[in-house]
Amino acid sequence: MSELLPLTPEDVAAIVAILDGSNYDRLELNTGRFTLRVVRDGAGWTQEWDWSLSAASAGLERAANPAVVEAGEAEHDGRPLIRSPLPGIFYRAPQPGAPPFVDVGDRVAPDTVIGIIETMKLMNPVHAGMTGVVEAILAENGTMVANGEGLIVVAEDAV
Amino acid sequence: MIRRLFVANRGEIALRIIRTARRMGIVTILGASEADRDSLPAKLADEVAIVGPAPSSQSYLSVDAVIAAAKASRADAIHPGYGFLSENAAFARAAAAAGITFVGPDVASLEAMGDKLMARRVAIEAGLPVVPGGEAATREEARLRAGEVGYPLLLKAVSGGGGRGMKRVDREADLDSLIDMAMSEAQAAFGDPRIYIERYIARGRHVEVQVLGDGAGAINLGTRDCSIQRRFQKLVEEAPAPCIPDDRHEALLQAAVRLATHLSYRGAGTVEFLVDAETFDFYFLEMNARIQVEHPVTEAVTGVDLIEQQLLIADHQPLGLDQRAVKPRGHAIEVRINAEDWRADFRPSAGQISRAVWPAGEHVRVDTHLASGGVVPPYYDSLIGKLIVSGASREDAVARLAAALERLQIEGVSTTVGLHRLIAADPRFVRGGVDTRFFEGLSHG
Repeated sequence: MSELLPLTPEDVAAIVAILDGSNYDRLELNTGRFTLRVVRDGAGWTQEWDWSLSAASAGLERAANPAVVEAGEAEHDGRPLIRSPLPGIFYRAPQPGAPPFVDVGDRVAPDTVIGIIETMKLMNPVHAGMTGVVEAILAENGTMVANGEGLIVVAEDAV
Repeated sequence: MIRRLFVANRGEIALRIIRTARRMGIVTILGASEADRDSLPAKLADEVAIVGPAPSSQSYLSVDAVIAAAKASRADAIHPGYGFLSENAAFARAAAAAGITFVGPDVASLEAMGDKLMARRVAIEAGLPVVPGGEAATREEARLRAGEVGYPLLLKAVSGGGGRGMKRVDREADLDSLIDMAMSEAQAAFGDPRIYIERYIARGRHVEVQVLGDGAGAINLGTRDCSIQRRFQKLVEEAPAPCIPDDRHEALLQAAVRLATHLSYRGAGTVEFLVDAETFDFYFLEMNARIQVEHPVTEAVTGVDLIEQQLLIADHQPLGLDQRAVKPRGHAIEVRINAEDWRADFRPSAGQISRAVWPAGEHVRVDTHLASGGVVPPYYDSLIGKLIVSGASREDAVARLAAALERLQIEGVSTTVGLHRLIAADPRFVRGGVDTRFFEGLSHG
């Protein structure tokens, strides 16, 4: 929240115009709230803003946001895991009320769809990527999962 | 007079609205979700009101939560931006009931244009040509309609817009599964699973007309061409639409104004047309009763601030612009930079942006809410910014676009920057006037 907007796009354009007519190739502006770098790049210019120095540090945002949670473990008690290929909301069925794609005891092949991850308003099918039998379902229907989070435990095929 | 404006949106458009409101001396209150508490728009708004938790169904899409937050913050107007509740008649009605001005058209216009089937009827009344098709509430109805319309066909969300819930069906065998997917996407995005079917015109161009109306009259601010799309998501937009014969171009403008006049339209709106790339016959597709993502290209060629016009009209001021005074000059192109891995089937790429270096300088405009260190949350759409370039001619603008894209550098998440470099270098794009199949014909690895 601010009392004054920082520089407007028009201000930045004016700064570029002044620099363009000079011998300077770079301007760096540090305030308590942001850093702005205006840099000559070939025949043109670039602008880079950084607001992460103020208030909420990048570290805090990282912890609070599932988008930036690191991938989880590869296995679950020694058994392979089907992990979420991207962060989002996990759905076990194609539609509310419909039967789930897979359930405990079902056999899966690499191209079996085991669920849907809704990310950025798009429904992304999740494929098993391995062969085996579903032993446990770790992620609850309709909940947020992180990138790499374990969704389903698969038991090796007992041929 | 609007004194306290509640911005019921997020991302670049929230920031865009805050900038113009600030210039007009209006206090801004950003209605943000928990996930956007530390976003750039939240840092730059005068005040922040939390409208709910991260998922948009409980925050940005919740009429009750947004209206309650707007009331509690003593806002006298709400700007809905695009997407979310921007074309939701119930939301506009709830705002009015709370004594808050909705920055958008009258409820009657929202209802007429928000339902795509009613929009077709109204357009026919206004004398505009439409594409053959109709509603399909169930799979059975869809099969019947499909039989009438023929393949390939399009499935569209009745409450939709922006390509969400839209699917192309090439064969009868695919119909059922694509209906299910279109209905669940429509439900997720708009809270309304209804869809309708339309004939697919193979060599079509997507051309739209920006209009402004004050209830008493309407004017046009020229055309935009948005034919470069992937799965009905626009990637590149330009103004004016290139390579259309003057008489057909003029007819498009007139048709759009005719519809706006027929509706006694109040606000900014966009009338979308499908233009046959060979005959230049055109069909009304829909009218978006809100500001569009691609509005900056119109601003670049007309010099009109469309957000300012929206706020003035919402304030019941008569249009201060005269049709003869609004003459688009030069050419502008916008590319949408999305956090998507375009080499991996456009998989969304949420996460932290370690570095964001955007182009700067004359004839370059960047609308973004993401700077170095910013976070792209997984809950919302993938747009992280828009690069807009302009020039005296289309040729100038294309050359500037290519140069600006070379300087653009985003690290930490995957983006569509590389794809746009390919497009900017594609001879078909350089020539201009491509149809909506452009993307399929793009050679990429």
